Amino acid sequence: MNAFKDAGHLFRLAAVFLVGGLAFVGLRAFLVPKSFGEYGHYRGDAIAEIASRPVNYAGHQACEDCHADVLEKKKSGKHVHVNCEACHGPLANHVDDPGSVQPAKLDTAVLCVRCHEANIAKPKNFPQVASADNSTGLPCDTCHQPHSPAIIAGGTK
Amino acid sequence: MSITRRHMLLLLPTAAIAWKHVLAGTPEASPNYKMSEHWWGMLIDLPKCIGCGNCVRACQAENDVPDGYFRTWVERYHVTDYDIENPHVDSPDGGKKGFPPAKEEGGKNFFVPKLCNHCADSPCTQVCPVGATFISPEGVVLVDKKYCLGCRYCVQACPYGCRFIHPKTKTAEKCTLCYHRITKGLTTACCESCPTGARQLADLKNPNDPIHEFMKTHSVQVLKPYMATHSKVFYNGLDGSVR
Repeated sequence: MNAFKDAGHLFRLAAVFLVGGLAFVGLRAFLVPKSFGEYGHYRGDAIAEIASRPVNYAGHQACEDCHADVLEKKKSGKHVHVNCEACHGPLANHVDDPGSVQPAKLDTAVLCVRCHEANIAKPKNFPQVASADNSTGLPCDTCHQPHSPAIIAGGTK
Repeated sequence: MSITRRHMLLLLPTAAIAWKHVLAGTPEASPNYKMSEHWWGMLIDLPKCIGCGNCVRACQAENDVPDGYFRTWVERYHVTDYDIENPHVDSPDGGKKGFPPAKEEGGKNFFVPKLCNHCADSPCTQVCPVGATFISPEGVVLVDKKYCLGCRYCVQACPYGCRFIHPKTKTAEKCTLCYHRITKGLTTACCESCPTGARQLADLKNPNDPIHEFMKTHSVQVLKPYMATHSKVFYNGLDGSVR
């Protein structure tokens, strides 16, 4: 056993490394979240947390489930592909509780020009008007019915 | 029994773990959604964009984006007849309230909506030192707010300028492609509120998604293809002047 005669300091050093290594492994197991590395170099639970955020826009399917009459009206007009919440705003609250949460009344004088005010950068085939000339300040729904906006003979309903 | 220092030292970490679980809560599950079945992207049909700003407002309403910050925004390009290299771009308040009449006459004018490109090889996730931002199994680039240090590396790294530091939480923020909606079978808030269909959510793994037919029959480009980020936001009719 002559080889180990003066090796006491090596064993002590090895013990220090061992304790250090165990402390590292132990602390790592304690500090790194369980789901870290589940899918990659990130916390797997973060995906479910991000997905759990509540929805504000209910989606047109939810609107159409109840408002079939409006859907029918839209079908005959140019706005058929415009989703309800594009104009009416986020209404998931209304879907959850249709009785007490009512959509706000819209101001067509503000709403329509967002899309239809003439602008040089808009596509040429998109219907645009200079609102000041077109309506002389009257709200658009004086003449146009928003769900089916073409003006038909005898006025709109 | 009195609590000794030894007991206290043993109790504290246990209590910390318990409290962490209380704070985390139980996330809402989406039972019918399988991550492995999707590969999300978006199609932006530029000739349809009217610059109404509906997408910007919808994003803000859906995701509580603070005023003055944008997860998506709309730019208006004005390209003079002889200088395609130097377009004039404006985006007042991100295009949230629409656009005023153009200052300059003539030239070529069009709108370009922008958002996170959800790159398949995203520079922003590569630079994160702590694994706080990542590409989800279905290709959506997300930020883990609890892990983010707010070091801003990712904000610098994004070639498209799509990230910002939230003024309150001081963590990185970006478009999540409405991850909380698409996992529930809904489309994103911006696509839902786009009146002309200029924005369409696309599931590239779904063979029935109209994106495939569209890509076959149109000239589709991504932003900054030379960055090799493998962006998944595809632009139809993208002008060469767009940066």
